[in-house]
Amino acid sequence: MKVMAQMGMVMNLDKCIGCHTCSVTCKHAWTNRSGLEYAWFNNVETRPGQGYPRRYEDQEKAKGGWVRTRGGRLRLKSGSKARRLLSIFSNPRMLNIKDYYEPWTYEYDNLISAPLGEQTPVARPKSLLTGKPMKIEWSANWDDDLGGGPENIEKDPILQKLAEDVTTKVKLAFEETFMFYLPRICEHCLNPACVAACPSGAIYKRAEDGIVLVDQQQCKGWRMCVSACPYKKIYFNHKTGKAEKCTMCYPRLEIGLPTVCSETCVGRLRYLGLFLYDADKVLEAASVENDQDLYQTQLDLMLDPYDPEVLTAARAEGIPEDWLIAAQKSPVYKLAKIYKIALPLHPEYRTMPMVWYVPPLSPIVDVLTETGHDGEEAGNLFGAIEALRIPIEYLAELFSAGDVDVVTGTLRKLSAMRSYMRDINLGREPRPEIPEAVGMDQENIYEMYRLLAIAKYEDRYVIPAAHTEQARELDHLGCSLDGIDGVEAMGGGPFGRSSGNPVPVTIENFQIMRDRQTK
Amino acid sequence: MSSLDILLWSVLPYIAIGSFVIGLIWRYRYDKFSWTTRSSQIYEGRLLSIAGPLFHLGLFAVIGGHIVGLLIPKEWTETIGISQETYHIGAITMGGFAGVATVLGIILLIYRRRTTATVFAATTKNDKTMYLFLLATLLAGGVATLSGAGVIGRASNYRETVSPWFRSILFLQPDGTLMAQTPLPFRIHAVLGMLLFIIWPFTRLVHAMSAPIGYLFRPPIIYRTRDGRTNAGSSKARPGWEKVKY
Repeated sequence: MKVMAQMGMVMNLDKCIGCHTCSVTCKHAWTNRSGLEYAWFNNVETRPGQGYPRRYEDQEKAKGGWVRTRGGRLRLKSGSKARRLLSIFSNPRMLNIKDYYEPWTYEYDNLISAPLGEQTPVARPKSLLTGKPMKIEWSANWDDDLGGGPENIEKDPILQKLAEDVTTKVKLAFEETFMFYLPRICEHCLNPACVAACPSGAIYKRAEDGIVLVDQQQCKGWRMCVSACPYKKIYFNHKTGKAEKCTMCYPRLEIGLPTVCSETCVGRLRYLGLFLYDADKVLEAASVENDQDLYQTQLDLMLDPYDPEVLTAARAEGIPEDWLIAAQKSPVYKLAKIYKIALPLHPEYRTMPMVWYVPPLSPIVDVLTETGHDGEEAGNLFGAIEALRIPIEYLAELFSAGDVDVVTGTLRKLSAMRSYMRDINLGREPRPEIPEAVGMDQENIYEMYRLLAIAKYEDRYVIPAAHTEQARELDHLGCSLDGIDGVEAMGGGPFGRSSGNPVPVTIENFQIMRDRQTK
Repeated sequence: MSSLDILLWSVLPYIAIGSFVIGLIWRYRYDKFSWTTRSSQIYEGRLLSIAGPLFHLGLFAVIGGHIVGLLIPKEWTETIGISQETYHIGAITMGGFAGVATVLGIILLIYRRRTTATVFAATTKNDKTMYLFLLATLLAGGVATLSGAGVIGRASNYRETVSPWFRSILFLQPDGTLMAQTPLPFRIHAVLGMLLFIIWPFTRLVHAMSAPIGYLFRPPIIYRTRDGRTNAGSSKARPGWEKVKY
């Protein structure tokens, strides 16, 4: 047993109102630079919908993730190492910028500098790639809130998969459809496909906390990771020619602060904490034959942080004591392993993703309420979960490789919690048979309610700070302007924008802000 | 031998080698961040899917031909029973295919770069200069091949002139007289080639130096510790900016 610590996240989809605050704050922190205008390390997509980049779940096209060979071995869906090296001159699976969207700005200057005329001056959209006027036809959130209607939504790869079975054909008439929001960041997988696909060996998993990072000095821009990630969460910086990705805000985590997306989440739906897992078993767990077994094998990798054997093994690996305490208090461990209501996104990609989701119950409650029933009555809800096949099967395709029982199980727990707590809140006698019906006891379901509904900041984010005795000297210690001329930082060195050492984001932001100031 | 000949065939080669080697070391140490392919595939993939492999694979064959032609003495191939005619026919056919593929590839790549607005906007002056030298060298090489075969001008055997000169450079006893007597196309190609090596470390061509062969021999998942200095996230501090030890 080789115990390793992994920083994980859980998102409670019932609480997501699709406000995109996480996306915007993330963008301001990490990707408001030229070369990454089109990149959203955190994005929120409406489901059903095509997602961002468009149809990223269609693995037959981009060949992301892993597949199990007939011999039971695991290999990347894009083929062998040799095959990847041979296609290095033009990666046939590489995404085009149009799969995301062509970034643009507006000619704001025209609004004040246009000569006096008949018409009101307008700010025309201008491509940030070519500088020429362009027509805006797509963006990261074009189909937000089911925008664009059936034409757009029908291209959702999950809907298309379900449509093969006539009985589950989703009705796209607006009054009969359902929707929910899916915020996505990098999954910081236990078995990351991007790492395995990188010819330069520039992408790595941090041994201390499992965060997946790209070494900017070592990345040579072979762009195999972009197509190999099944979640399409690696972005090609087209100015520097290097891959960039969500860093799980590691500089914040290292000092005990939550990620920017978590910190600013209006719905407080994100949870951060540690998992302890057995690194020796990851390959075995990812190689099981049946796709639908992957959720269980992934769950089995997560070790009990109270088990003395696990603790001894963890100490032997040098995991510090306060990290072990943090693992015991970890909200993500509770939601995923104890209550079993958080599920991995697309376990069938076999990457063992470490951002988990509590599936939304709201679409079902809504349908129930609209049909005149009491949407929060346990009996009604249990019945409805079984009866409403369409949202359930859709959720199962996202979170359990199509295994309806897994999703039903989590939704039944959420329904039980709602009904049980309603009785308490209305001053009625609590009914112990409700938690029993979903295999929980009263105390358990009350704790789950506290964590989901009223948990405080320090309960939602249990982040042990990095240890200085482990850390090498911090990157930007001292004056971060050392060695970088302010002007050079913006214009680049002798070989264009991408030359010279990477400009710290803070400096670049400083320059951009200064340029924007009215003098 | 004129002083120009001495300059071109006995001095310039060492300038080229020096610039290439020292330039690469300098860039690796001081400007690793810009050491990338600067791929434009995210802007345009259709033309690249033909032109990219055509150019690169063709170029590999061309480079292979140069290594064999320049490094292996004529006597050696004759000893193992390959006559001048056999060698010549082999070199012309294989080299011809490779050369045509490479030139076609680069013309297509330049066409793509010029006509795709997004790719053109991402082309720097440095890139344009590099393309000029690369294309000129390739075209001159093609002309030299034709001339050597006697299609244009007088036929000549480069294995009796250019190759011994090249080896004399490596043995540090440059014999410029060998080059001075070769037909003009060979001399132009050689000079352009040397100029290309001089600018190489300062262009995007550096990506050729990091062909990821090691990928075939490494484990799929890589872990790094935060204190693992040798293999950690960023390079050492810039020289002169090391942390002061108290």
